[in-house]
Amino acid sequence: MKYGKEIVLLTLAAFLALAGAALGEDTAFRSHMWVLFFSLAAFTIVLLRQVSWASVGDPASIPLRSDGTERYLDGPIRYGAIATVFWAVVGLLVGVVVALQLAFPQLNFEPFLTFGRMRPLHTSAVIFAFGGNALIATSFYVVQRTSRARLFGGDLAWFVFWGYQLFIILAATGYLLGITQSREYAEPEWYVDVWLTIVWVAYFLVFFGTILRRKEPHIYVANWFYLSFIITIAMLHIVNNLAMPVSFLGSKSYSLFAGVQDALTQWWYGHNAVGFFLTAGFLGMMYYFVPKQANRPVYSYRLSIIHFWAIIFLYIWAGPHHLHYTALPDWAQTLGMVFSIMLWMPSWGGMINGLMTLSGAWDKLRTDPIIRMMVMAVAFYGMATFEGPLMSIKAVNSLSHYTDWTIGHVHSGALGWNGLISFGAVYFLVPRLWGRERLYSIRMVSWHFWLATIGIVIYAATMWVSGIQQGLMWREYDDQGFLVYTFAETVAAMFPYYVMRAVGGGMYLLGAILMAFNVYKTIRGELREEAPMGGRAPALQPAE
Amino acid sequence: MEIYTALRQFADSWALLFMTLFFAGAVLFVFRPGAKHHAQEAALIPLKDDQDD
Amino acid sequence: MALLDKHAIIERNATLLLVGSLFVVTIGGIVEIVPLFYLENTIEKVEGMRPYSPLELAGRNIYIREGCYTCHSQMIRPFRDEVERFGNYSLAAESMYDHPFQWGSKRTGPDLARVGGRYSNEWHVQHLINPQSVVPESVMPSYSFLAKKPLEIGDFSTQLVANLKVGVPYTEEMISNANADIRVQADPDGDHDDLLARYPKAVVGDFDGNPQALTEMDALVAYLQMLGTLVDFSTYDETGGYR
Repeated sequence: MKYGKEIVLLTLAAFLALAGAALGEDTAFRSHMWVLFFSLAAFTIVLLRQVSWASVGDPASIPLRSDGTERYLDGPIRYGAIATVFWAVVGLLVGVVVALQLAFPQLNFEPFLTFGRMRPLHTSAVIFAFGGNALIATSFYVVQRTSRARLFGGDLAWFVFWGYQLFIILAATGYLLGITQSREYAEPEWYVDVWLTIVWVAYFLVFFGTILRRKEPHIYVANWFYLSFIITIAMLHIVNNLAMPVSFLGSKSYSLFAGVQDALTQWWYGHNAVGFFLTAGFLGMMYYFVPKQANRPVYSYRLSIIHFWAIIFLYIWAGPHHLHYTALPDWAQTLGMVFSIMLWMPSWGGMINGLMTLSGAWDKLRTDPIIRMMVMAVAFYGMATFEGPLMSIKAVNSLSHYTDWTIGHVHSGALGWNGLISFGAVYFLVPRLWGRERLYSIRMVSWHFWLATIGIVIYAATMWVSGIQQGLMWREYDDQGFLVYTFAETVAAMFPYYVMRAVGGGMYLLGAILMAFNVYKTIRGELREEAPMGGRAPALQPAE
Repeated sequence: MEIYTALRQFADSWALLFMTLFFAGAVLFVFRPGAKHHAQEAALIPLKDDQDD
Repeated sequence: MALLDKHAIIERNATLLLVGSLFVVTIGGIVEIVPLFYLENTIEKVEGMRPYSPLELAGRNIYIREGCYTCHSQMIRPFRDEVERFGNYSLAAESMYDHPFQWGSKRTGPDLARVGGRYSNEWHVQHLINPQSVVPESVMPSYSFLAKKPLEIGDFSTQLVANLKVGVPYTEEMISNANADIRVQADPDGDHDDLLARYPKAVVGDFDGNPQALTEMDALVAYLQMLGTLVDFSTYDETGGYR
């Protein structure tokens, strides 16, 4: 049997989960262990089936194992591309649901589907499931191509892929069961954190091992960004999740830190999850896929080196800007603000580098919706990294903090920058990974582009208005010196904006569904008959 | 309080100057004429790989 | 130009790149976080602070479980409107026993740092069962299941022990009485003297309108009713504290 060892290990793990389901100290833990048991059992069955059903002949099939003659190990990347698309749709769908819950509270279904449990599901699904799969898949692709070496560790890459999916399943079901540490973007409880640490170490070994065995003397800059993302996330994850479990058969743990120290540790993590997961990792994506799709080298390689060191040095300091005017000591707040403002420069250095890669090839924007998507992503990166330093200024933050402005800021970065650059990478990867001549439909990509872009603009603009209005209403006094609005009145005033926000998010989701369809058809090897993009003579185009 | 004061003095005195100079040095270093060739070579890495497209 | 050629070394040596970037990303964290564990002003002691009573702790765990922090902050900033709306600004010491902290980042609903004692138990129960029946503009979900769900206690002393291990000063007496304390706090006919000696200012009595059963609603309301009530601001010396 090809996977004998793996199947035995999986079965053993499944029995351990079953024991946990029987002996667990609390109901939530027992339920969670049932989830784990069924997931492991399902994985075992998948593996058993693969042994006998490996049908490489069917062109639509996903080759599980790259055979020895293949230069690169692309199986986990193919699965990763599919997982990226799948989790994108799931995460965005949950996002639209929670947006609607805020407008129409009747859409909360207790106990499992209330906003408080669904919101972490949304954030984790988009950041870690969609974003994480996109990062893992693209980093495996990029590191092999730019090192001209096969992935290190053989099947370890498969372990990373499946182990990461198991982490997602445990995290997601845990939230709905009410298992949470309440640390934003680090909600999974201690045992899920331990599992992610194991997977992450394996990920690091595969990535770093591949760099070590490279045949290219230089380490291409995209790999620097990926590498710093992997090690920094490891450090942040471990320190921020230090906790004391109540029992090794229970779901509850208590954070090692308390109060102020806990808050700063959490936002040191929280901000750098943005800085290293959502920025450094995705910059690695930018530095490979933009030059590749534009078919020209990055505008300034030397700028990218400065960009790298400046951004990783400055980002780590910026966390305290999440805690302005709280009980955190002033010196830490000021330090956070100063470094956040300084971050503006390297961020824009990176944006200019990405945009100028297209200099001399701007006509591609008209004919190639994929490059258009990537350029829009970089533009949103620039916008969000301008808005971020602005919001970190204490005077601005006193208005924006606790309001929807923050939510709007996060989404212009997440939907605009992370979403669009990942979609671009998926559109780049899928035809190549499955050996297709091109995507099923290029025009659908263009539709996706417009749906996503208009969706983001609606979302961000709505949240600006609602956030600033909310902040101003909270602090408005009449001439007698009384507060003008009760809190409940400020809640009611948000209703139209929350509906509009759901519309913007819905458009973005629609675009992602279009992508899922397009990717599905491409994998099946179908080609849509359509007029090529930018078919008309350039002379007839209006000035852009 | 001593640690804070020490850190504060550190930041207020030569550390800031040192960091600024270090950064300027790093920038100059990266943009020195001799590095141009290396950089151009490295920038072409993704495009050299014609195996898979 | 031997020194300048070293440039290529970082670019070509993966381990050096790894160590270099790891070094660079640690500096900020060390300079910002480590002093917080040593500076007196961040951990300034304030009179009145005590560890949570077992029932309050159980309620706090429900607060965390339901993700209340996704919409409610527990951190009043020193602005006129916030202080007028929610009460005295929050002190660092007030969350010194919070593992984890619950400051929150978004106010879809109002700040709860000082909600204790502002409303009656009946109001809280009614509000948690059907928020719109008491605040028509509210977008809060209904949590009526809390009133039906018996509180899962197990051996509650283990919860206190875990807190003790991370630095909350629970005494041996508190730990050995945890299972009795958690029940007696919600029992209107119980003897509360020992409990109140251990946990001064704890709110006692039936919370959910059903004295027969100890439900999750009892625990959550007990927690909400003590929030922000421990420090007496009529005697608090502001000049002693720094924030």
